[in-house]
Amino acid sequence: MGHLRRCLFALAAAAALGGLSAAANAQNTLRAVMHSDLKILDPIWTTAYIVRNHGYMIYDTLFATDEKGEVKPQMVGKYDVSADQLTHTFTLREGLVWHDGQPVTAEDCVASIKRWAAKDSTGQKLMSFVDNLAVKDDKTFSMTLKAPTGLVLLGLGKPSSNVPFMMPKRVADTDPNTQISDFTGSGPFVFKRDEWKPGDKTVYVKFDKYKPRSEPASGFAGGKVVSVDRVEWRAIADHQQAINALLAGEIDFIEAPPHDLLPLAIGDSNVKLYDWNVLGNQFTFRPNWTAKPFDNAKIRQALLYAFNQKDFLEAVVGDAKYYKVCPSYFPCGTELFTEKGLEGKLTSDFNKAQALLQEAGYDGTPIVLMHSTDVQILTNLAPVAKSLMEKAGFKVDMQSMDWQTLVARRAKKDPPTAGGWHAFLTSWVSIDITNPIFTGFMNAACDKAMFGWPCDAEMEKLRDDFARETDPGKRKAIAEQVQVRAAEVVTHVPLGQWYQPAVMRKNVNGMLKAPAPVFWNITLN
Amino acid sequence: MLTYVLRRLLATIPVMLIVAVLVFLMLRLTPSDPAAIIAGDNANTEQVAEIRRRLGLDQPILTQFVIWLGKTLQGDFGESFFFKKQVTELISDRLEPTLSLSLLTIVIAIAIAIPLGVLAAYRHGGWLDRTVMGFSVLGFSVPVFVIAYVLIYIFAIELNWLPVQGYQRLAQGVGGWLQRLLLPSITLAVIFVALIARITRTSVLEVMNEDYIRTARAKGQTEPKVLIRHALANAAVPIVTVIGFGVGLLIGGVVVTESVYTIPGLGRLTVDAVLARDYPTIQAVILLFSLAYVLINLVVDLTYTFLDPRIRY
Repeated sequence: MGHLRRCLFALAAAAALGGLSAAANAQNTLRAVMHSDLKILDPIWTTAYIVRNHGYMIYDTLFATDEKGEVKPQMVGKYDVSADQLTHTFTLREGLVWHDGQPVTAEDCVASIKRWAAKDSTGQKLMSFVDNLAVKDDKTFSMTLKAPTGLVLLGLGKPSSNVPFMMPKRVADTDPNTQISDFTGSGPFVFKRDEWKPGDKTVYVKFDKYKPRSEPASGFAGGKVVSVDRVEWRAIADHQQAINALLAGEIDFIEAPPHDLLPLAIGDSNVKLYDWNVLGNQFTFRPNWTAKPFDNAKIRQALLYAFNQKDFLEAVVGDAKYYKVCPSYFPCGTELFTEKGLEGKLTSDFNKAQALLQEAGYDGTPIVLMHSTDVQILTNLAPVAKSLMEKAGFKVDMQSMDWQTLVARRAKKDPPTAGGWHAFLTSWVSIDITNPIFTGFMNAACDKAMFGWPCDAEMEKLRDDFARETDPGKRKAIAEQVQVRAAEVVTHVPLGQWYQPAVMRKNVNGMLKAPAPVFWNITLN
Repeated sequence: MLTYVLRRLLATIPVMLIVAVLVFLMLRLTPSDPAAIIAGDNANTEQVAEIRRRLGLDQPILTQFVIWLGKTLQGDFGESFFFKKQVTELISDRLEPTLSLSLLTIVIAIAIAIPLGVLAAYRHGGWLDRTVMGFSVLGFSVPVFVIAYVLIYIFAIELNWLPVQGYQRLAQGVGGWLQRLLLPSITLAVIFVALIARITRTSVLEVMNEDYIRTARAKGQTEPKVLIRHALANAAVPIVTVIGFGVGLLIGGVVVTESVYTIPGLGRLTVDAVLARDYPTIQAVILLFSLAYVLINLVVDLTYTFLDPRIRY
C-alpha cells in the first residue's frame, strides 16, 4: 500500500510540473478555437472561411474594408485615378517586406491580382473591364480599363472569400487551380509550418518586420499592430469541450460557440461575450431553377409568401438578442439595404401562396428539400421550411443528410427523383452579400451560376449595370432594381439575420470588429 | 509454431485485400464529393469540376482503384486531399497519441480489473462481488462520452486537478504527457474494467472448485498464492482472449475519446477524414486498423501457448 501511495504521489507531482510548464508557455500566446480546423492553406484555391481567416493572419491586402464598410488603402500608399477614370495607378507604401525579408514589389502585386482574378467571381468581373495591368517601377503599377467601373476598389478591397491577398511573384505564379506550397506573406503574422498539425493546432508568430499603417486599426484597415508573440488556433471539435477549456483557462477565445452554450460561458466571471462580426449572417433558402416545378417563377414566388423570417430565427437561434428580422436581400446595416420588392412578402400569407400555386398549376410534385443534420446552426432550418411550405400547399419530401453529402448533392443537376434536389437552406456571412456582385446567389448566368442555376438575362444586365456604375448614389438605385428583380424571379429567399458572438477570457482585449476574426490589436492582460 | 505464424501472416493478405476493396467501394458509392467540400461554399460548378479533375476523381472507379491499389502495394498511400501532406506522414504524426492512450488504458484496465475480478470470485456472493458486478453493468451501460463529461466536470472543472483537453508529446515531458492522458485513459478504461473484471471473476470462480486448488490449500499454500499462482494462472486463457477482444474494441473507443478530449490521434484523424471525405486518408487508416486487429488476434492466439502448454499449433 505504501508503494502504491508513493507511485501516486510521484504521478501527481509529475502531472503538476507538466501543468506549470504549460501555463508558463501560454503567457504571451493567444489560444483560440476557430469555427473549423485549418486543413487547406491556399486562400485563393478555396473559398472556405477558415482559409480566408488564415489569409488575414499572414497576408496583407492592397486595400481593406474598415469597420464602417469603407474601402481604405492598406499596402497602397498612393492611389490615383485619371480624369477619364480609365487609368488607376497604385504606389506601394515604403517598408513593406515579405516574411523572408525581401521587399514587396509591384511585380508581386500584379501577379497576385492575376491569380486572384482567375479564381474569384468578382475578380473575373473586374478583369472583364481591364485592358492592361502594367508594372511602372518597383513600387508602382497601373490598371488600365476598357470602360470605367466601380469594381476596382470594390474588388481589390474585397473583404471576404476570395480575398485578393498579396503574395510574392514566385508564389502567385502558381496555377490558380493548384494549391500553393510556399506560405510567405507580408502580413502581421508568420505561419509556422513546422508546428502546423492539422487536427491539433495551427501556429502563427508575430512578424517583427511588419510595418503597420499610422492610422488606428478599424476593421481590416488601419495599423495592424501585433501585441502578442504567438497565436495558436487549437482544433477542439466538441463545442462543449471548447467551453470547458475556456472556463478552465486552457484557451482564451472561441470564435463561434453555439447559442445554446452561451449561458454556460457567460455565467463565469472570467469570461465575456464579444460580437466581432456586427453585420452577422443571413439564413437563405435556395430553390433549384432547373428542377420542376421550381422552373416556374410563380411557384418560386409562392415561397416568398409562405415563409416568414421569425419562425426560422426562433427555431435556430432562439434568443432575440442574437437575431434580427430583416426583409431584404442585402443585410440590415449595410449601404445597399432596402425593403423594395419585398413589401408584403415573407409574412406567411398562406392564402396568397396557395393562390399562386393554383395559378401556376402546381401538380403536387413533392419538393425534395435537403436537410443538413450535422451543422448545428443549419439543422432546424429545413423542418421549419417544410412546415411552412406544407401549410402553403406544397408537398415536401425532406431528406436528411450530413452537410458534406448535401454539398456534393447540390452540385448535381440530376432530376430530384434521381439523386438531384429541389431546395436547400444555408447561411451566408453578411459581408459576402453586401452588393449584387458579391452575392453569389444573385448570379443568374444559367449554367455559370452557383448551384440552383438561376437563368435571367434581366438580372444579369442589372448586375452588369451595377459593375459599370461608379457613382454611389446611382449604384444604390441599381441595387434596388436588382433586389426587386430578385424578388420577382426568386433567385433565393432571405430568411433573416443572425449574430454569432465570440466568447473569450476577460484578459483578452482590443479585438476589432470586422467580418472575419483578426488577431492584431489584441492585448493579453 | 513458425509455420503457423507464417500461415497466419499470409492469411492476412486476402483479408486486407477484401478490406481494401470494400473501403474503396463504400467511399466511392456514398453520395459525397471531396472536391465540393474543398472548393468551399462560394465556389461555382466549374471550380468544383476543376478540383475534381485535379484530384483524379473524374476518372472511372476501376481506374481510380487500380492506381490506388498499385501505389498502396508499394507502401505509398498517396497525399491527403486536404492536408497536402503524405498520408503516411499524417498517420505517423498521429500514432504516438493513440498508442499512448491505448496502452495506458489497457494498463489501467488490467491493473484494476484483474484484482477486482479475482477478489470478487474469492468473496463470491459477498458485498465486494455484488459491487464489482454492479459496476460491470454500469461500465457496460454508460456511454463513453457521458463518462468523459462527468469526469471532466469533477476533476477538471470543479477540482481543477487535471486539464480539460489536449495532448502533450512524451518527448516534452512525462509529467505533461501523463497529466493530459489520465482522464481520457480512465474514461476509456471503464468499459474494459467492467469487461475484464467480469470475465476474470467467472474464470477464477470456475477453477476455484478444481482439485488442484484444494490440493494447494491442503499443502498449506497461503490464500494469495493459491489465488494468483494456481487459480489465476489457470483461468488466464479466457481472460487474455477478452483482453485481446478489448484491444480490438479500443479502436472504436479511441475515436470517441480522442474527439471529446481533443487528442490528435488516429481516432480524431479518422473522424476528420470521414467528415471531409478525404479518401486517401480514410482508406489508409482503415487498412491500418484492420491490420492491427488481425495482428492482435494473432498475438492473442500465440499467447495461449505460453499460458497453457497443452495448446500447440
